[in-house]
Amino acid sequence: MKPIKRALFIAGVVLLCAWTIVPIYLVALGGLGGEQVVYAWPKPFWPLSWSVHNFSAFLAIQGIWPAMLTSVEVAALCMAFSIVLGAPAGYALARYAFSGANTYRLTILLTRAFPVGILALPLAVSYVRLGLYDTPLGVALIHTALALPFAVLITSSLFLGIPRELEEAAWVFGCSGFGAFRRVVLPLALPGVAATAIFAFVISWNEVFAAAVLTVRHKTLTAFLLSVLSESPLQAQFAGGFLLIVPSVIFIFLVRRYLFAMWGIASR
Amino acid sequence: MGRRHLAPYLLIAPSLLFLLLLFFVPLIQTIALAFQTGSGIGLGNFNQMVGDLDFITAIKDTFALVIVVVPLQLALALGMAMMLRKVRFGRDLVLWIWTIPLGISDLAAGLAWLSILTERGYLNTVLFHLGLIPRPESWLTYETPTALFFAIVIAELWRATAIVFVILVAGVQLVPAEYEEAASVFGATSWQRFRRVTLPLLRPSIQTALILRTVLAFEIFAVVLAIGGTNFPVLISQAFIWQNQNQVYGVAAAYAVLIMAITLAATLFYLLALRPRAGEPA
Repeated sequence: MKPIKRALFIAGVVLLCAWTIVPIYLVALGGLGGEQVVYAWPKPFWPLSWSVHNFSAFLAIQGIWPAMLTSVEVAALCMAFSIVLGAPAGYALARYAFSGANTYRLTILLTRAFPVGILALPLAVSYVRLGLYDTPLGVALIHTALALPFAVLITSSLFLGIPRELEEAAWVFGCSGFGAFRRVVLPLALPGVAATAIFAFVISWNEVFAAAVLTVRHKTLTAFLLSVLSESPLQAQFAGGFLLIVPSVIFIFLVRRYLFAMWGIASR
Repeated sequence: MGRRHLAPYLLIAPSLLFLLLLFFVPLIQTIALAFQTGSGIGLGNFNQMVGDLDFITAIKDTFALVIVVVPLQLALALGMAMMLRKVRFGRDLVLWIWTIPLGISDLAAGLAWLSILTERGYLNTVLFHLGLIPRPESWLTYETPTALFFAIVIAELWRATAIVFVILVAGVQLVPAEYEEAASVFGATSWQRFRRVTLPLLRPSIQTALILRTVLAFEIFAVVLAIGGTNFPVLISQAFIWQNQNQVYGVAAAYAVLIMAITLAATLFYLLALRPRAGEPA
């Protein structure tokens, strides 16, 4: 590339990076800066004073802590369900040729290309009957319906990447089917399975609609923020937004190696 | 031998059972609920839905958003995926930054853009310093529908382009470099290589990305509420109001059925429009 073209290209890349990062920086500024920053005019582009005070003021808002704990509980349950239900299915798809495998794969792909969140609407009615309404378990179940297709497809691509011969060698040396899985396949698949779990956690942590429909008093953080949007001061909204973003940024960093493997496979 | 035949079915059974209970049953229930009326089966809920004052606005707003946002996202993501191939230094860093929005919830994205676009926000501060406005202007009220619409478009572009980008990058990695090299040997310009070689080979990825993005775009909810409050009705926020505020579950279910029908139609449209042509590999 010619130098000028190269410079333009680099400027473009930097610009696109800034386009992603600047809004996160600004909402952090609003959330951490507190009242005097939020209502300042014209607004400063750097912090007036870094103080934890403003953020702790946000955390002192009635209901934030319980909502955060509920969110973590729901996301942890969703993560556990997705792995426990999804990983065996992923293993089956990767290792066995069985009739119905394609139908199963298609079913999984179909559920992914479907607005799953709106299924919370009828679930609200059945949940009341089952005693699941307004419980973390109830929300975690619908979140699992969202995350499970991903878990199946990602783990299946993981297991496909582990040579079958390794497992067969373990059999030859006297391991049982399960023993070979536990001693050979599992250690190799573990980082990927962890990435899948993190992905399920993020899906649940971020979900708004179903959580808002299925809870009243035990709201997740997203549902809580949604319900107080119109009445809470702006700095609280920005602090909430920032609080939601922080784990996502870390999680994406942790799973970045697996992002493309999952989408490359999932789109075929 | 019998056990080995059974094994895969035992392994997929729990997930199938789960999806049956938490996907197919609620799916049937939604449809049943939508067509149920006091006296039996009928279109009462749908009549009530269509008779709602905000119904037409919600339809128009939702479709306008999808029609504007999805093509822009595809173009932007294609550009980013092509750029990424030429990034020499810090590729991993660029890749990480560009995919960050993938993990950000729509509510958080709405709030981030609210901090920029609100009356005393950063956009107005920049406009003020440039001398374009003398005092804080509000952009996000029902009196400024066009500005509000573009505010939501920008927030959606920011948040959800990453998913299209990731799918396309995954697709680009599967395209052998030799094809493009061959094209350039025969004198193709970089635009011709992109248009005639890369783009057709990316079609399966583009199809997946479009289906996924369009389905999710019809579900747009928290971004709209965070930025516009109730000033910008969309289909899913109407369903939410009927469910949570009015507590008329039948009408909420009718909205759900409508959204399902629309997304199903969109998916079929993409499957047909982007199907492999005769003689081409699928």
